[in-house]
Amino acid sequence: MERGQRRLESWGRQVAAETEVRDLHWREADPFAGLTGSALPYGLGRSYGDSCLNQGGALLTTRGLDRFASFDAEAGVLRCEAGVSLEELIELTLPRGWFPRVVPGTKLVTVGGAVANDVHGKNHHRAGSFGCHVRALELVRSDGSRRVCSREQHPELFAATVGGLGLTGVVTWVELQLRQVEGPYLAAETVALRDLDHYFQLSVESDARFEYTVAWVDCFARGRRVGRGILHRANHSDRPEVHPGPARGRRSVPFDLPAATLNRLTVSAFNLAYHRRHRRRAPRLEHLDRFFFPLDGVAHWNRIYGKRGLLQLQCVVPPEAAPEAVRELLERVARSGQGSFLAVLKSFGDVPSPGLLSFPRKGVTLALDFAHRGERTVELLRELYAVARQAGGAFYPAKDAVMSVEDFEASFPHLAEFERHLDPGCSSSFWRRVRAGRPWQPSLPLIPSPENTP
Amino acid sequence: MKRVLVLGATSAIAEATARLHALRGGALFLVARNPARLKAVADDLAVRGAGRVEAFVADLNDLSHHAELLAAAETALGGPPDVALLAYGSLGTAVVLDRDPDAAVDVLNTNLVSPVALLTLVAARLEKVGRGTIVGISSVAGDRGRGGNAVYGASKAGFTAFLSGLRARLWRGGVHVLTVKPGQVDTPMTAHMTKSRLFATPGLVARGILAAVDRQADVVYLPWFWRPILAAVRALPERIFKQLRI
Repeated sequence: MERGQRRLESWGRQVAAETEVRDLHWREADPFAGLTGSALPYGLGRSYGDSCLNQGGALLTTRGLDRFASFDAEAGVLRCEAGVSLEELIELTLPRGWFPRVVPGTKLVTVGGAVANDVHGKNHHRAGSFGCHVRALELVRSDGSRRVCSREQHPELFAATVGGLGLTGVVTWVELQLRQVEGPYLAAETVALRDLDHYFQLSVESDARFEYTVAWVDCFARGRRVGRGILHRANHSDRPEVHPGPARGRRSVPFDLPAATLNRLTVSAFNLAYHRRHRRRAPRLEHLDRFFFPLDGVAHWNRIYGKRGLLQLQCVVPPEAAPEAVRELLERVARSGQGSFLAVLKSFGDVPSPGLLSFPRKGVTLALDFAHRGERTVELLRELYAVARQAGGAFYPAKDAVMSVEDFEASFPHLAEFERHLDPGCSSSFWRRVRAGRPWQPSLPLIPSPENTP
Repeated sequence: MKRVLVLGATSAIAEATARLHALRGGALFLVARNPARLKAVADDLAVRGAGRVEAFVADLNDLSHHAELLAAAETALGGPPDVALLAYGSLGTAVVLDRDPDAAVDVLNTNLVSPVALLTLVAARLEKVGRGTIVGISSVAGDRGRGGNAVYGASKAGFTAFLSGLRARLWRGGVHVLTVKPGQVDTPMTAHMTKSRLFATPGLVARGILAAVDRQADVVYLPWFWRPILAAVRALPERIFKQLRI
């Protein structure tokens, strides 16, 4: 566990320039030892904005904590260190018939990061968020204390840490409940969406019959066509592995493309081609890598957005307000002409998320990304945030770079309770941005730390 | 099931190599000093598929443990190891080593005295059965003494020479000795250094070690490009070499 200066980026290409970086290697060591400023755990840096950065403070990289601690192949219970990536986890468990209950759109995230952002997947309507399947975790705080937290032990600290953006301390290990699968395939199909009404109608029907559903929407469609897109839906297939491993090679974007690469013409062309290719596809078997992690095959895909990187927005709006609000948001994006590949639409179910700062909740979530073209992109985002907020929306910190103090407060009703559990030794660039000018509450003393490390 | 003895099992290169053996279902006997860290490594290897994992806590600089731990390893593994990997070492801190003779002796004890003593015992056991491979992690630093870290270089030069002699003595008896010379590797030992493009990951080095064991190589530079670099470094006349600030 040593220190040095390194430049670390978030996935949207925001950079922490003056950051002290300490690589963690051992879960028994004190990650905070000898630090004077604030610290933040950093996994694979897949958060888009500044929630994984800590300008002026220290970043504690967790990738050296990549060990498995135990795996019960009868019950599907896995305990591993926080820096294990979902890719490594799946590599271990899938051949033995187990798969994470919830996976996000990339497997290049750490388990610790998945917990800290309480990530969700295409099966939220059935399984809830990632945190729903965390049985326990160990939390080390800057006062040197070490606690095993679960729904039974220190439940309040557990609720603060799941979705807690790394601000409650360092998670050293996590214990997960996995789900049984027969093999690496999904029975998948795609349906063309004519417009937004079609989405809302089809999504109810699909959610009843399919474990995984998600829609891709064309950001350039306007007027009656708003919401034109593709709905992907799938269930796990019981067909076992036919040939070992996905035959897909890894490609990479070797350098930053010029900012002009993504313009109205190229993106429209891509969207049209994508629409054509997918609109009529009969049910088929698809490898789960293709279905869940389509972009993982291209390393550094964020470089296609050029040096300035990309800005993401993901909001969730309550079900009643959703049809109106989503239409309004898509209209505004189309009018601005700044839309990009990934407009993703998904209906969240009503499984409650376990974290005080968890993002997923009942409603419809829309994720958009934009090539960062300076002030006019930020302006557009602010406009969209205002629309979503008026509809009672909430925003996802992992994908945010422009959220205001008020947006943040409106998104998380349990914020005050969360702040009681903040670790005074932890902070992030995101946290300082969304709490600027708010009274900082030092964490209240908790129950004296019992030695409950196994 | 391959029987593998890992000496210094919590070193990054050793752990990465042990993971590959675990994937192949090998039986592993792990020795390291820190009990909590050793347990973390052992549990991980068991989950990854090792046929058997035994952990033994010992400070290998205390030579009096050596015979006992080798006997324990043979009992646990059910015979002498097929592969004995010696991976512990200490880099020391150059500024301290330049002034403090005790610190210099510590580095020599860890990198040379203890490995020579331990491998002498291992060699005797393998010689008796007439098979097995001894893998010693030396370093490119042993190829020529640098002003930047003379003591570390000396310890690794000594270890390289010992492995070379051991190989010459044992090969006729069916025991193979592999000298591994990694260049710069991104491990906790080098955490304070700025990482250039020459740095390799422990995983890459581990794959190189397994491949070298499989093809019975004598000396392997990892990654391979260090071999020509060191050939050039060794060819420099001392009169020029001494002027380099490396």
